[in-house]
Order: sequence, then structure tokens, then C-alpha cells
Amino acid sequence: MPQQDHTIVVKTDLAPGVVVVHPSGDIDMSRSPELRAAIRSVQERKPPKLVVDLSDVEYMDSSGLATLVEAMRTSKANKTAMVICGMHDKVRSIFEIARLNQFFTIVDDLDAAVSA
Amino acid sequence: MRDRPHIRVELLSNPVYLCGARELVASVSKRLGFDDLDCSKIALAVDEALCNIIRHGYQRRTDGQIWISIWPLEEEGGARACGIRIVIEDEAKQIDPEQVRGRELSDIRPGGLGVHIIREVMDEAVYEQRQPRGMRLTLVKRCQNVETPSRLAQATAAASLKRHKSPR
Repeated sequence: MPQQDHTIVVKTDLAPGVVVVHPSGDIDMSRSPELRAAIRSVQERKPPKLVVDLSDVEYMDSSGLATLVEAMRTSKANKTAMVICGMHDKVRSIFEIARLNQFFTIVDDLDAAVSA
Repeated sequence: MRDRPHIRVELLSNPVYLCGARELVASVSKRLGFDDLDCSKIALAVDEALCNIIRHGYQRRTDGQIWISIWPLEEEGGARACGIRIVIEDEAKQIDPEQVRGRELSDIRPGGLGVHIIREVMDEAVYEQRQPRGMRLTLVKRCQNVETPSRLAQATAAASLKRHKSPR
């Protein structure tokens, strides 16, 4: 079956102690395991800050939300600051429907996330 | 079901086909006059319903059958579309419709949000058991200030007229 051109890039060179997970494409039930694996692999290193950059994610369902809730819990246990940035309106709306927008630290863009 | 669906598709319970179902529902919703954000929310509700069927109904089997049927929701007299009705059916494990409910949102943990999202996004969400097996979910979303494209309005009116004239 042909794969869609969707990737998850992990960047470690933006600032000391900051790791950025940058998925692209839709995050649904078929792709959230991939995002979960990428975040888990970053969290094993227990970085001071984890940024999830959603600027190239046009769609997310509750499986993506669940992945981020799980990541937030692990980050709190590891004392890693987790920040989400770059949300499109359609993605933001699911956070609001689930009333999770207050649970996460959400900023507008990557610059703000790195400096937050 | 009261009348023939305007669209009916069958898909397997494989998560790779969720994107196709979302695109279909969002495109049709757009043509029925919903704005972009509502189209995305309607597609989200259908996605969540399909995920629940795949995860809980078919217990992640990828060869189960799912049917999605779509009708324009008509105003009294059938002159124009004023929303969308979507019916999702399966042959998966049956559950008591009374037991279908989302979790408390204050209980923040991964999972269990699908039913809450469906009920929050749609105006109606009704679960029923199908006979002899499977479940049926009927979703309705009404559209505010809809500007139905003229060709669609004509098709909707023609279908309504034909239905009202046809002998029982």
C-alpha cells in the first residue's frame, strides 16, 4: 500500500536542552502510534524541554490528543517542560472541545515555544 | 431506513481508510453549505465514530465491514438542504445504547474522548442495535444560514418530489 508523505522530524539543535518533535500531516488512529513512539524515544533522554510543533498538522483526532495527554503526564513525571506550538484552528478546536486547552502549555509559534 | 441515501460507501475497519472517510464527509458537508470549521468538526465526529467501531466493536480487526450513508437534511417540504444526516452501521459487537457515554472531562487521561466529541460536535447522535447484529449510529448536524448551491438544491427538491409521488 503506498504511504502518504507524512513524517515526524526530531530536532535537537535549536537551543540547549530543547528537543522539538515536528510531525506533519494528519494525526489520526493510523498515525498516532508513530507520534507516540517518536515522543517516547525523546522522553527516554529526559530533556529539560520538549516542544511539539503542530504547525504542519492539519488534522488531529482523539487518538492524537490521547498521545499528547500521555506525553504530558510522562513529562511531568520526568520534570520535562512540555510546550505545544503552531496549532491550526481546526486542531485547536478539538483541544477546546475536549477542554484540554488549559491542561497544556500552548504558544503560537516555535520561537515562543523555545523561549517559553 | 426511510429513504435511499444520496451517498452510501462501504469500507473495511482499517484505520488507513479513516482519511478517505473524513475527506468524503468534509467535502459533502461543504457542498451542503457548512463553513470550513463545521466541515472539519463533522468529519471529526465521523472519524471518532469509526475509531470506536474499529477499536471497541471489531477489537482492531481490520476486515470488519462499515457502511456510511449520507442524506442532506431537508427543510419542511424538501425545498432545500439545511443540514446533514449521516448513518454509520457495522456488524461488530453489540452494546447497550444506554451504556454509550463519554468519560468525565475533569478526569484527564488518555482515551475515552470519542463519544464526548461526537455529542459535542453534532446536534443529534443516536446509537441503536441493528438486527440481527451490529450497531447503527445516526448523526445529525443542522446548518445555520445555509446557502445551498443551486444544482444541489434542485437535486434535493427533485428527490423529495419523486419520493412524495412514488406509490407505497
